[in-house]
Amino acid sequence: MPELERHSFDVLVIGAGGAGLRAAIEAREHGMRTAVLCKSLFGKAHTVMAEGGIAAAMGNVNSNDNWQVHFRDTMRGGKFLNNWRMAELHAKEAPDRVWELETYGALFDRTKDGRISQRNFGGHEYPRLAHVGDRTGLELIRSLQQKVVSLQQDDFAETGDYESRLRVFQEFTVTDLVLDDGRVAGAFGYWRESGRFVLFEAPAVVLATGGIGKSFKVTSNSWEYTGDGHALALRAGASLINMEFVQFHPTGMVWPPSVKGILVTESVRGDGGVLRNSDGKRFMFDYIPEVFKDKYADNEAEADRWYTDPGNNRRPPELLPRDEVARAINSEVKAGRGSEHGGVFLDVSTRLPAEEIMRRLPSMHHQFKELADVDITAQPMEVGPTCHYVMGGVRVDPDTGASSVPGLFAAGEVSGGMHGSNRLGGNSLSDLLVFGRRAGAGASDYVAGLSARPVCSDEAVAEAERTAVAPFSGSDAGGENPYTLHMELQQAMNDLVGIIRRAEEMEQAVERLEELKRRAATVVVEGHRQFNPGWHLALDLRNMLLVSECVARAALLRTESRGGHTRDDYPSMDAEWRRKLLVCTLSGSSVEVVEEPQVPIRPDLLELFEHSELQKYLTADELEG
Amino acid sequence: MGYQGHFRVWRGSAEGGGLEDFTVEVNEGEVVLDVIHRLQATQTPDLAVRWNCKAGKCGSCSAEINGKPRLLCMTRMSVFAEDETVTVTPMRTFPVIRDLVTDVSYNYRKAREIPAFKPPEGVAPGEYRMQQVDVERSQEFRKCIECFLCNNTCHVIRDHEENKESFAGPRFLMRVAELEMHPLDEADRVQQAQSSHGLGLCNITKCCTEVCPEHIKITDNALIPMKERVADRRYDPIVWLGNKLFRRS
Repeated sequence: MPELERHSFDVLVIGAGGAGLRAAIEAREHGMRTAVLCKSLFGKAHTVMAEGGIAAAMGNVNSNDNWQVHFRDTMRGGKFLNNWRMAELHAKEAPDRVWELETYGALFDRTKDGRISQRNFGGHEYPRLAHVGDRTGLELIRSLQQKVVSLQQDDFAETGDYESRLRVFQEFTVTDLVLDDGRVAGAFGYWRESGRFVLFEAPAVVLATGGIGKSFKVTSNSWEYTGDGHALALRAGASLINMEFVQFHPTGMVWPPSVKGILVTESVRGDGGVLRNSDGKRFMFDYIPEVFKDKYADNEAEADRWYTDPGNNRRPPELLPRDEVARAINSEVKAGRGSEHGGVFLDVSTRLPAEEIMRRLPSMHHQFKELADVDITAQPMEVGPTCHYVMGGVRVDPDTGASSVPGLFAAGEVSGGMHGSNRLGGNSLSDLLVFGRRAGAGASDYVAGLSARPVCSDEAVAEAERTAVAPFSGSDAGGENPYTLHMELQQAMNDLVGIIRRAEEMEQAVERLEELKRRAATVVVEGHRQFNPGWHLALDLRNMLLVSECVARAALLRTESRGGHTRDDYPSMDAEWRRKLLVCTLSGSSVEVVEEPQVPIRPDLLELFEHSELQKYLTADELEG
Repeated sequence: MGYQGHFRVWRGSAEGGGLEDFTVEVNEGEVVLDVIHRLQATQTPDLAVRWNCKAGKCGSCSAEINGKPRLLCMTRMSVFAEDETVTVTPMRTFPVIRDLVTDVSYNYRKAREIPAFKPPEGVAPGEYRMQQVDVERSQEFRKCIECFLCNNTCHVIRDHEENKESFAGPRFLMRVAELEMHPLDEADRVQQAQSSHGLGLCNITKCCTEVCPEHIKITDNALIPMKERVADRRYDPIVWLGNKLFRRS
């Protein structure tokens, strides 16, 4: 067996999206020797897909905006299940993180007076999203990537080596974390290109691996989203919270089949686009929930006036939080009022002049023209819900991103709590920056405080290697094909733990997942380890199954509907459930889910809300207390 | 409805390889990448292809289809006749790793050679003021998804390995232009474009512009204006005379 490649760093960041790169920049600026490990090429992470913008209460377009308003919107969007401290830090720090991007070279769209322009988005009271047309994610990833390069140039000038302090290992997959007496000691994985194994020795790991969407059949997520960080954390002994909350973005493409699920940005609605059913009716007026009635217009005339006069009119219901819009579309299609390909119509062509559409939504225009042969300046788009984001993730300390495992940190989509039961559009990119930076700093402080470095034992490394090569020597009895198993998993999650859930189906899902787990143990792949996608999928499958089990088991336990968890058999929100978190841990090879009390909201933050609003979410004794 | 399509896919490694023929199902609305994925799932589980977003936004799945540099995810099968053989080969300018996957590290090396954005001194974060009309020029270049198809097609390096050392390629010459046109960047990049990044080797044949999936006018809006700025500086007779008289280099 060829000798194992070894590297030693102070901080390892797994994932090179917004959270990972921001964490790496922070760790490097704290003087840590830092490595970033990512499955794709540097600069291709899923963050590039974010379209609408970064939410930050800079108040450039409406000066009434401030962190308190942003905090309120975030808590409302998450149906008050959010970790309030995370929502507070996020609202306070997001503007600084956006302005910092400008110092990295980012070029946002501007207001007339030369500031960063901000656009309207679902659930945000004021225009709040800093943006670049509809390709904001690309701008964010490129700015961070270029900042990494700029730090490497500084290091080159000083040491003669670009990679002396900050190195990116691209097209590299981590399969296991290595522990020493319950503390993080390193990470084990393989080069996707050669299949060669590598051991990274490092006392701190920041997970920034994003989400889990590839466990679902219709998703806006790329192949990388296999829940790796969620699963690594579970196997290392950390816990996950809020895994039952999965966001189905209301507007994914529904046709052609090969692009089903690909995102259609919410900006289409923020900029005036409306949703219609096959009768041509603008149906969202029928779906305004009680808790939002005073904020959303109940007639077209008022809704249309809002775009030019937001001070005196209520918002159009197309801009309700994503969970509400997704459920509404789902109901319309189920009632037989859907489009030809099983979606509804999203129309901007009759709402804005063609050149305005081209200016504000260039990449949507491009995407529909090239992939669906639809000209959105002349025709409506067909859209439907698509699995987009997981609110659940690693339970972390809000200030430092630390998990319960010493040395293990998490930031971005892989962490849980910030968004409660439902994330507002635009709050993801800001989440990445605010908590990426905090996790990078948290990990650096942790490493600086260590008296001795943990050690990766030979046994632990040998075990990780055995697990990784297992698919090549799969048992004769099974011989399962990873692609087949993956498709069955996606179908099961879509059908049984999808946008609308009920107990019997979720029980079926849990059984189905047990069966898939058994079969996955016999997966066999052909060929060798060099760039072998079948093998890669076989290893990712292990993570997807584990994470799917968390989703299904937690969803079964939560007997209410809230945000990204909608149950046919328990259709309303239950204030008692707001006080409870479902916490997933790994016990042997099975997921265990237990209820734990939610941390109560700090009184001064509660005071930011009207008593009448709190009554909709909190229990009577919480209100008294 | 679906039909059986004919595909020729290059398979092999750095040591060598060749085209292999496949017959594979093609369905309505599919793109070439869908068919490559179907090959992986049904016939060739170890066929190597790089991809990510499948929506033309990440620039991972660059390859050559019937000899033309293209993104696999943005090439619809409907542009080919049903009886046409679709040939898929890796990008030619970069060394093959395996099958359709090439070693694009050249591009990351060149990215490092372009000095980073130099922020304006004395302007605090949050105080940056720029007009939309001024940022738009650089914004066009920042649409780049780094698929590297422009560098792949550029004849300066496509068949001239020896030029790779001195030539940054359209992608990174455009990056120089982007920074040069950034309203607040404080570095002087004009001389370097010529001396360090090989702008002079470009003879504006516009091949890069033609293959850009983002339709960025690389040649017209980035390369030619940079050449003009270089020419203004280098060939200005008064500057030339001043340099001669005062022995400035």
